[in-house]
Amino acid sequence: MPLDAKFDPATHHFRLVGTRPLRPDGYDKVVGRARFGADASAPGMLVGRILRSPHPHARIRAIDTARAAKLPGVKAIVTRDDFKDGDPSLKDVLVNVMARDKALYDGHAVAAVAATSASVARKALKLIRVDYEILPHVTDVDEAMKPGAPILHGDMRTENIEPAPKKASNVASRCEFGHGDPEQGFKQADVVIERRFKTEATHQGYIEPHACLASVGSDGQGELWVCTQGHYMVRNTCAALVGMDVSKLRVTASEIGGGFGGKTTVFIEPVALALSRKAGKPVKLVMSREEVFRASGPTSSASMTVKIGVTRHGRITGAHADIRFQGGAFAGSPIELGAMSAFACYDLEHVKAVGWDVVTNRPKQAAYRAPGAPMVAFAVESVLDELAHKIGMDPVELRLKNTAKEGTRSSYGPKYNRIGLAACLEAARRHPHYEAPLGPNQGRGIAAGFWFNFGGQTCVSLNVNIDGTVALAVGTPDIGGSRASMCMMAAEELGIEYDKVRAIVADTSSLGYNDISEGSRVTFSTGLATIAAARDAIGKLCARAAKIWGIAPEAVVWENGRARPAGPNAGDFAPLSLAEIAKTAAKTGGPIAGHHEVNADGAGVSFAVHLCDAEVDPETGRVTIKRYTVVQDAGKAIHPSYVEGQFQGGAAQGIGWALNEEYVYGRDGRLQNPGFLDYRIPVASDLPMIDTVIVEVPNPGHPYGVRGVGETSIVPPLAAIDKAKAGKKRR
Amino acid sequence: MVRVKLSGPLKVAAGGEAELEVEAANIHQLLTRLAELHPKMKPMLERGAAVAIDGQIYRDDWFRAIPEGSEVVILPRMVGG
Repeated sequence: MPLDAKFDPATHHFRLVGTRPLRPDGYDKVVGRARFGADASAPGMLVGRILRSPHPHARIRAIDTARAAKLPGVKAIVTRDDFKDGDPSLKDVLVNVMARDKALYDGHAVAAVAATSASVARKALKLIRVDYEILPHVTDVDEAMKPGAPILHGDMRTENIEPAPKKASNVASRCEFGHGDPEQGFKQADVVIERRFKTEATHQGYIEPHACLASVGSDGQGELWVCTQGHYMVRNTCAALVGMDVSKLRVTASEIGGGFGGKTTVFIEPVALALSRKAGKPVKLVMSREEVFRASGPTSSASMTVKIGVTRHGRITGAHADIRFQGGAFAGSPIELGAMSAFACYDLEHVKAVGWDVVTNRPKQAAYRAPGAPMVAFAVESVLDELAHKIGMDPVELRLKNTAKEGTRSSYGPKYNRIGLAACLEAARRHPHYEAPLGPNQGRGIAAGFWFNFGGQTCVSLNVNIDGTVALAVGTPDIGGSRASMCMMAAEELGIEYDKVRAIVADTSSLGYNDISEGSRVTFSTGLATIAAARDAIGKLCARAAKIWGIAPEAVVWENGRARPAGPNAGDFAPLSLAEIAKTAAKTGGPIAGHHEVNADGAGVSFAVHLCDAEVDPETGRVTIKRYTVVQDAGKAIHPSYVEGQFQGGAAQGIGWALNEEYVYGRDGRLQNPGFLDYRIPVASDLPMIDTVIVEVPNPGHPYGVRGVGETSIVPPLAAIDKAKAGKKRR
Repeated sequence: MVRVKLSGPLKVAAGGEAELEVEAANIHQLLTRLAELHPKMKPMLERGAAVAIDGQIYRDDWFRAIPEGSEVVILPRMVGG
């Protein structure tokens, strides 16, 4: 759905969109009534526990469960034998859920137990004997690429290399994006800088561990309650992995205590279903925090080499990046997204990014907010800043001289339509933060960031109740306040008050398929579908009014929450409100509802610019973030508080990534810090109030101009903070 | 005739060709024709590809018409977090 001309933010004043009403889920969360994944329970429920490999790389010769099975209270045990090969596209997911011939990382699941209590389940795990043949391991991306590195998969050959390699490798694939000839560009430069960077893997750090309750009856019908970003994905994936018809598995998404991309796949859910089916009873599985760190999906670690050349007047003449991501024990790191986004902020004639997808003995990576982009932005923005310093140019000025704008060919191929990077850079330069004096031992960093944003399959149902209120069913789990935004958009269209609309996240059997809540897509695509569903309902409401008045439906218009005749020729009738039409619905044709199903495209790309002041204690080296400002293009902010929250949340996670957070592997290949004491995410006392500036350059692909905002905000912090703590002044 | 730009692994699968001309009126026809012309592309396209038409990226829209003279770029399928 394109931008409605009448909703151009420059001229249109929305009634509700852009205001800040209370969130509908707030009360439940404050008083503890909200039900998260681990809050689900069922009569006769068993407790599930998973046995995990203590070795980073080992062949599994045999698994003996006989002693555990005899322990009183043990009702089911599952191992690799309970998960049959099926859909080849899900092979890696299956192997990650339950190890097959090898344990591929410290924490890889090798067996699971369902028992009458947690203590019995724990005892049973101790009675399972796994015969391991320990193999050499590798956890570092650069080490894994070297000749002679321990090979994880004997059948892995590097894809997209000509001629095709004959030897096995840990490099799953190569990719390349760009245009022009960077070498030619470097020849035109006055200054060329090349630097090498490494970033460690980080975890999304969601507070709520993975949790689910599975119940499979002897009739083969199953139910699953789960905290996830995509319960339809969970349904389809689990049905395939455990061999069920999709229609026989009903999945309900709980409230979610954070996801940030980490809950876009399955880990424990197929195991819980297999245990439940075997035991004939409901099984609840909840990961411990240690399991979350060792066996869910952190982001990739990265090794990168970036080379950029500029003229003394600040024009970038050439840019090249060689990017190496390890994505854990399976192919599929976000290397393509990293390579595509590396130089996406800039208008470049000669640019190339080469990416390498590498496997190591670590858990299979999962998406994390703008997957792949923060690391490459760290490298690219850092080199740009150094170049600005070298040629004596203001860093914002350097970026403005090279900024991507409408019509620019992006470094990943397509030309941009209307985008807001220049507007963000100008807003950052105008912000008081930019000129504020710095104190002793303080520095200021600035960095830009980009994210693609996506749409996807979306289905919405809007039901008009008899009292004129509206029930809105969406299928995208609310991971960032989307229920409030959906209520606002529905109410805006229908012309009723915000609190007359109640949005719920429907289960998989109640509403058509919805893609995962990922890719900053929900406010864009579910919003778009909500608007369309509301318009569908309005058409039906107008038709009912037409019936009541005895005139043609085309002679009725909807205005300010009321149907009225389109003009004097249509007749002289008093307008009918939504509530008045709803009240007589049974007598005028039955229930009134609006629906919309779409595979939404047209999500506008998003850009951000961050400013950071950091102070370094000269004695201890401790870094304190003194001031932080996020400037980002939201297209149109539906609920500005949530938009600001996304800006702040991404920045806070980026600050953690830059300063404290990292996966630390020992020489033994085991994760050394699987807990929040040793893996330290920032807490409120570590952070200043993060200031925000919402820039609104409308997205031409959404009726109100919305762009996704959830991910871009984690892209610039690494570079901005690194620069600030280096203590360099802005000029 | 559609002039399509390739990048990333698709470019390698097309023998290093950065641009191809293909007879196609919509995205489905374009992807089908590309897989016929360059069989190495087939598994990549089946895994998922995005098609940008005049800057607008479509992830799954087989019957999206490709206007005459438009700029078409094929990209890997994208996901988010």
